[in-house]
Amino acid sequence: MLNSLDNELLETIADLHEIPMGAYNIRKNGQKEGRNVTANIDIVSKTDKDGIDIIIKPGTVGESVHIPVIMSASGLNDTVYNTFEIGEGSDVFIVAGCGIHNPGEEDSEHDGVHEFFVRKGAKMKYVEKHYGEGGGKGKRIMNPKTIIEVEEDGVAELEMIQIKGVDDTLRETEIRLHKNAKVVVTERLLTFRDQFADSRIVIELLGEGSSAQVISRSVAQDDSVQKFYFNLVGKNKCMGHVECDSIIMHNAKVYSTPEISALHEDANLIHEAAIGKIASDQLIKLMSLGMTEREAEDRILAGFLH
Amino acid sequence: MLELKNISLNVGKDSKDILNDVSFDFDSRKLYVITGPNGGGKSSLAKIIMGIYEPTQGQILFEGEDITNHDITQRAKLGIGYAFQQPPRFKGIKVRDLLKMASGETADYKHMCALLQDVGLCSQDYIDREVDDSLSGGELKRIEIATIMARDLKVAVFDEPEAGIDLWSFQKLAETFKNIHEKHDTTIVIISHQERILNLADEVIVMADGKVKEVTSKENFFADLEREELDCMCGLDCSKGVDKNVELIG
Repeated sequence: MLNSLDNELLETIADLHEIPMGAYNIRKNGQKEGRNVTANIDIVSKTDKDGIDIIIKPGTVGESVHIPVIMSASGLNDTVYNTFEIGEGSDVFIVAGCGIHNPGEEDSEHDGVHEFFVRKGAKMKYVEKHYGEGGGKGKRIMNPKTIIEVEEDGVAELEMIQIKGVDDTLRETEIRLHKNAKVVVTERLLTFRDQFADSRIVIELLGEGSSAQVISRSVAQDDSVQKFYFNLVGKNKCMGHVECDSIIMHNAKVYSTPEISALHEDANLIHEAAIGKIASDQLIKLMSLGMTEREAEDRILAGFLH
Repeated sequence: MLELKNISLNVGKDSKDILNDVSFDFDSRKLYVITGPNGGGKSSLAKIIMGIYEPTQGQILFEGEDITNHDITQRAKLGIGYAFQQPPRFKGIKVRDLLKMASGETADYKHMCALLQDVGLCSQDYIDREVDDSLSGGELKRIEIATIMARDLKVAVFDEPEAGIDLWSFQKLAETFKNIHEKHDTTIVIISHQERILNLADEVIVMADGKVKEVTSKENFFADLEREELDCMCGLDCSKGVDKNVELIG
C-alpha cells in the first residue's frame, strides 16, 4: 500500500500525482508495489537477479513507462538491474527515479543499473530524477549506472536530475552510438551541506554520422564536492559536443575533467567547461528589479538548473 | 524629486576623481539627457543613483527621503530603475521570465508582447528565448530596455540605450521613449550621444571631468554645438583650432 509519504516521493521523482496511466512498475523498499502492462509494453521480473525487463514492441508510438523506486525505511540496501528493449521504430517516454526518505540513523542505499537497447530508428526520451529526504543522520546513497546502445538512426534523449537530498552518489553513464544514431544528455545537479557527487559520462561514437550532445549544469553549495568526467570517443565520422557549466558557492569544490578522444580523422569533437560563481552583474540586475540578494541568487540558480 | 547633493566618487590607489562635487535636482515627469565625452562620469552617476556604486561623499534625496545608504533593492522598491549599458546574460532564464520578474510578476502575455514590440522585437520570436549567449548584443539590449519599461517607475535611468542597436530599431526606440514621456509620470534620465535622443530632452546635462559642465535646453545645446562646428577657436588642443591657428599664424 502506498501511503501519503510514498505519494509525495512519487510526485517528486516521477511527477506522479496518482497511479499512472499506461505501463508502470513501482518498487518500494526492495519489493514490487505495483505493476501494469499494456498491449505494447510488457514488464517481466528477472529470474536470475533483482530487476525487471521492460519490453516495448516495435512501432509503439506515444506511450510511456513509469518505473519509480521509493525507499522509506532506514538501513536498506537495494540493488536492481533493469533492461529496456525499445523496439524498432517506436517513440516512447520513460520516467525512472528514486526517492529515499530516510528517517533513521542507518544509511539507505539504492544502486541501480539501467540498460537500454534502442533499436533501429527508435526514439526514446528518458527522465531520471533522484531525490532524498528525511531527518535522520543516516545517509541517502544512490549509485545509478546507465548503459545505452543506440542502433542505426535511433535517438535517445536523457534528462538526469538530482537536486539536493542525495548525500553520496556515483553516477556512471555509458553510451554507444551506431550509424546516424543521436544522443542528447541533459544533466542537472545540485549538492549542498557535505554531499558528494561523482558523474562520469563516456560516449562512444561508433557509427558514421552519429552525434552526441551533453549539457551538464551543476551548482555546488556549502561544503559539498562534485566531480565530473566526460569523454567523447569518436571512432568514425561524427559530431560531439560537451558543455559543462558549474556554479560554485561557499566552500564547495568542483573538479571537472574533460576528455575528447578522436580516433578518426572526421571526428569533430568539442568540449566546453566553465566553473565560476554567480556573476555580480546578474545579481545586481535582479536586485535592481526589486529582489533581495538572496531572492536574486535563488532565481538565477533555479533558471540555471531548469 | 531626486536630489544629488555634492556627490563625489574616488577610486583606486591614487584616489582618482570619477565624480567631483556633483549637485543636481531632477524634477518629476521631465526627460533628461546626460551627454558629454567618454570618461566624464555619466555612467558612474547613473550607477550612484541606482545604488550600484556608493559615493565617497555627498547625499542623495528621493522625494525628500535620504536614500544615500539605501541598497539597490530598497531603491528599486521605491521606484528607481536602471537599464544596463552592457546587460548580463542568464542561462536558463527566458525573456518572459525576466519580463515577469521586472513587472513584479504582474505582466500577462499580452503586456509582455506589447513591451517587446515597443523595443522593436517580434514577441513571438523572442518571448520564449533564453536570455543567454544565443542573443546578439542588440537583442539583449532591447530586452534590457523592455525590462525597465515593464516596471512602474518613478525614475528610469537608461545607460546609452543606443549602443549596439541598429539604426532602424533605434528609431522605434526613440519613439518609445517619447511615448513613455508623454503618457507616464516617470522621470526619465538617458545617457546618450544620439541626436534623436537629445531631441527628446527637456533638459540636457553636459558632463565632463566628473562634473556637471552645463545644464541647458536642447535648442541651446544644438546651437552651441553648431557654433563650435562652424567657428572653433578653442585653441591648440583642438584639431580644428590647430588648423585655424596654423592658418592665422601662416
